[in-house]
Amino acid sequence: MLNASLKELAGALAQKKISSVELTQLFLNRIEKLNPALNAFITVDAQKSLAQARAADERIAKGGTQPLAGIPVAHKDIFVTKGWLTTCGSKILSNFTGPYDANVIERFNGAGAVTLGKTNMDEFAMGSSTETSFYGPVRNPWGQAYVPGGSSGGSAAAVAARMAPAATGTDTGGSIRQPAALSGLSGLKPTYGLVSRYGMIAFASSLDQGGPIAKSAEDLALLLNVMAGFDARDSTSVERAREDYARDLEKPLAGLRIGVPKEHFGEGLAADVGKAVEAALAQLEKLGAKRVPIGLPSSGLSVPAYYVIAPAEASSNLSRYDGVRYGHRAKEYRDLADMYRKTRAEGFGAEVRRRILIGTYVLSHGYYDAYYLKAQKIRRLIANDFAEAFKLCDLVVGPTTPTVAFKIGAKAADPVQMYLNDLYTIPANLAGLPGMSIPCGFGKDNLPVGLHIVGNYFTEAKMLNVAHQYQKATDWHKREPDL
Amino acid sequence: MPLSLDEVRRIAELARIGISDAETRAVQGQLNDIFELIGRMQKVDTEGVEPMSHAHGSALRLREDKVTEGDQREQFQSVAPQVEAGLYLVPKVIE
Repeated sequence: MLNASLKELAGALAQKKISSVELTQLFLNRIEKLNPALNAFITVDAQKSLAQARAADERIAKGGTQPLAGIPVAHKDIFVTKGWLTTCGSKILSNFTGPYDANVIERFNGAGAVTLGKTNMDEFAMGSSTETSFYGPVRNPWGQAYVPGGSSGGSAAAVAARMAPAATGTDTGGSIRQPAALSGLSGLKPTYGLVSRYGMIAFASSLDQGGPIAKSAEDLALLLNVMAGFDARDSTSVERAREDYARDLEKPLAGLRIGVPKEHFGEGLAADVGKAVEAALAQLEKLGAKRVPIGLPSSGLSVPAYYVIAPAEASSNLSRYDGVRYGHRAKEYRDLADMYRKTRAEGFGAEVRRRILIGTYVLSHGYYDAYYLKAQKIRRLIANDFAEAFKLCDLVVGPTTPTVAFKIGAKAADPVQMYLNDLYTIPANLAGLPGMSIPCGFGKDNLPVGLHIVGNYFTEAKMLNVAHQYQKATDWHKREPDL
Repeated sequence: MPLSLDEVRRIAELARIGISDAETRAVQGQLNDIFELIGRMQKVDTEGVEPMSHAHGSALRLREDKVTEGDQREQFQSVAPQVEAGLYLVPKVIE
């Protein structure tokens, strides 16, 4: 059961081979056993989860046929969850109980899924290693001295260690795809606007997008079917007809044009990652895809532009944490301004403070044109690169990350080195395009390698089709860490 | 041009984040490294490029001007650091 696909779990529940209560308890036991070492969860509440499981069992007994009914799903602690502690990995929200449900949580609840705890993450999703969490670093199940990636590292470690069948994440610069790659999982960042941001604690609003992390592309499709959809409470939610993201999974790949950007295979790409990705491209060709060389000439500017745009938006979004309406407030202060200064100095960790300072500076008087406007122009160039590429190919394929997982502490003291982890994933966020990562082999120290797939706007069904066909021909996604 | 210690202090004050002298020095070095990375943007000619603020260029939706949210004051104030009689309490700002 721990290794079962969502479809298999749904089948077992429908045929009464197992109840949702039993299934939930199974995963709770696994969490109890493994979480003390891995630190993937910030909050586990067996009573709440089991109450939801009992309700799901009643629905199933009455003949309910929703595909995720009764299946436990772990949620990144960025999603506000009614009655659950919701910290966003920060001390400043260490006492914040969700007064309402995020749209993503509402949707999973509506589908009858069981909330299996809240997962650890980089503070306010700012990080690529889950080391910036106030609640301590998460360990990679494939090697506990290594990071699981970030910022959705708790979700990735939970699924990789089979402490959860699936989990939610969010991706502002790679925070679903990078941990999926480093933890041997499948992860999908949908087209910007597909999943509602209502109740998803804001980092950089023009880039933030929620999505699933799971063991296979097929599971991702079922999860996206629940997560995606218009929500009037998110001003950038897109209004589109509902679609079934699993509809094209079985289509053959003959004639598919996969674009391979030379910029993502150059300097900086580790040999072990490059080798696994090359083998995956060969496998896709074997399945009928045609390889097309493409260029993403502005791709190299994506990290600099991102580190203007994301901190600028973050400095504005995080101004709400002032110790007045919710969250931590400093104990002693002289006056209101002193209360703000102390509350924010105590409540935010070093990386979050750093990004607020960058954002404050680039938006300050006299610097706007040189930084923010310049970055927005580069953002346009990056989006234009993709528009040109998609005239030649259906999907852009390459490595998700330049290296396999690095050791905990290895990059923590050097922000620039940490930021460069996301150089292949950030362009999709800047352009608003859907991106995913699927396992495609192992590199040094037997650590997983991820294959990055970027599609044109709203082509998630096509991307999932390609990933599923690849996973039918390979078994990388079925490997599990020895725990 | 690298940021001076005074500039770092000024930014921290604008962001309302208290910062010690020792921290100011550490942060100065890190911010200057990051701005060196960001500075790579300046080498590119972006003359005439339309800035992109958002993935989907369309105008924001408008909604009807009617009340959609109920009164949830008590629930929202239940997570506040200090409230009294339905009001958020802060240090005195007017003498």
